[in-house]
Amino acid sequence: MKIDSRFQARPKGNISLSIDGEIVFAHKGDTVATALLADSGNASRKTNKNSPRTPFCMMGVCFDCLVEINGSPNEQSCMIQVEEGMVVKRPKGLRNYEQK
Amino acid sequence: MSDKNAEFIIVGAGVVGLSIALGLLQKGHQVTILDGGDSDLSASKGNFGLIWLQAKGSHFAPYAKWTHKAVKKWPDFAKSLEELTQINLALEQTGGYEFFTDSNEFKAFQADLKQQQIHLGKKSSYEILTGDDLRKRYAGIGDKVVGATFCPLDGHVNPLKLFSALHSAVLTLGGKIFSNNKVKNITPLQGGGFKLLALNGNRFYSDRVILAAGLGTNSLAKQLDFVTQVRPQRGELLITEKIAERLPFVSSTIRQVNEGGIQIGGTSEEAGLDDSESLNVMVNLAQHAVSVYPQLSNVRVNRAWGALRILSPDGYPVYAQSHQYPGAYLVTCHSGITLASLHCSLLAEWIIDASNQSTLEAFSENRFSISSAA
Ligand SMILES: Cc1cc2nc3c(=O)[nH]c(=O)nc-3n(C[C@H](O)[C@H](O)[C@H](O)COP(=O)(O)OP(=O)(O)OC[C@H]3O[C@@H](n4cnc5c(N)ncnc54)[C@H](O)[C@@H]3O)c2cc1C
Ligand code: FES
Repeated sequence: MKIDSRFQARPKGNISLSIDGEIVFAHKGDTVATALLADSGNASRKTNKNSPRTPFCMMGVCFDCLVEINGSPNEQSCMIQVEEGMVVKRPKGLRNYEQK
Repeated sequence: MSDKNAEFIIVGAGVVGLSIALGLLQKGHQVTILDGGDSDLSASKGNFGLIWLQAKGSHFAPYAKWTHKAVKKWPDFAKSLEELTQINLALEQTGGYEFFTDSNEFKAFQADLKQQQIHLGKKSSYEILTGDDLRKRYAGIGDKVVGATFCPLDGHVNPLKLFSALHSAVLTLGGKIFSNNKVKNITPLQGGGFKLLALNGNRFYSDRVILAAGLGTNSLAKQLDFVTQVRPQRGELLITEKIAERLPFVSSTIRQVNEGGIQIGGTSEEAGLDDSESLNVMVNLAQHAVSVYPQLSNVRVNRAWGALRILSPDGYPVYAQSHQYPGAYLVTCHSGITLASLHCSLLAEWIIDASNQSTLEAFSENRFSISSAA
């Protein structure tokens, strides 16, 4: 789901990061959660009961916004600002002890 | 107004009050529960979810036997509660471990188990494992573990699911629960029965009244001529991010919730009514968990909290009927999750008619009378 139809489009930012391999642009000071929501209105992960989740509270409380950032699983994307070259992956299920 | 008249009023809608309510309702009695607000202290919303026999009642045979009975009854209890509510309690009762990193504590605990075994006889058994035995059984156990004990009857449940299932079962069977009705006064009426006055001004009337008010017990107990006084003892807990692999064991300090997070706990501190968490205790818990199961070292802790246990003067349950006002009962215990299976059956039957359960005499408050008079 593209969300431009529901929100006013922002001018393109100048920080580039990859989300699931796709390059997206964000603004300095944006959180990763903002970048995820700007990219897609779809669920960014599913719980282990297969229930869809995407950033929700945007203030570090609900843990719905978890993604992998630069190889580290279950980062709270609403608490982390975008950085040039960041590699973000939407999780495909729960993490393991050993991260591949 | 009929809402405000009940055969039984239970004060307190924690796991203990709800379990008794369920038992009374199942026997066809009419029950109303009055509860405080969401911000009240509540052990039922912050506990560790163990169904645990190991070493309980080592020094008090009736408690060892009562707990043994409770643990044995859990599978049937869970099944009927699940059928009634369609809520999965995630009961897993395949045995549980106590892990030790200190050999003196290990020895002392073995002595307690031995003592408990004397009370339980052939009904129960346990295993003692050295650190190496344990590492053979589970490759992931850390070198610092010097030994473990195992009881095949122990297990765990999702305590929040239990809480919500009890709540839902009580409503399904026609019980009434009024929250934000903190009881201030209970007045025994001439000729029997009780009048209860809530802080918000509501008045309720009942034939019989059961105090199951957790840490709110003390002031009400005095009004009904009970001598029991309870005190708080804090426990702190951590829960990690959810992990795909299942922990291969359940233990009294580390267990994996059915949803995937690993709960770490087992502390006890004297902190009065302060239920906040503290950094040094959280650090110790995390270090303990990593020394038992080193793979946890790169796992993130998502939340930490404190919750207050409710302790009677000797730590054992109190099941008391008031001498002066025989329609009044007081119930409190240390392990309300473990004992829920009996609170909704044998305890409820005792409340309905004390001649049903003579074994409960050991838990009356006669054992405190002398010390409190001194
Ligand atoms: C950290 C921790 C870990 C634990 N782990 C385990 C475990 O693994 N296994 C186990 O078996 N047990 C465990 N327990 C113990 C278990 O949680 C408690 O025994 C149980 O929850 C007690 O339930 P309760 O209903 O007596 O009290 P609570 O849950 O405290 O409920 C008391 C209720 O009474 C209400 N109330 C108080 N005063 C009034 C009033 N005046 N009028 C109306 N309502 C009132 C309150 O609002 C509250 O809802 C643990 C406890 C803690 C704190
Ligand atoms: S959106 Fe709620 S914790 Fe990030």
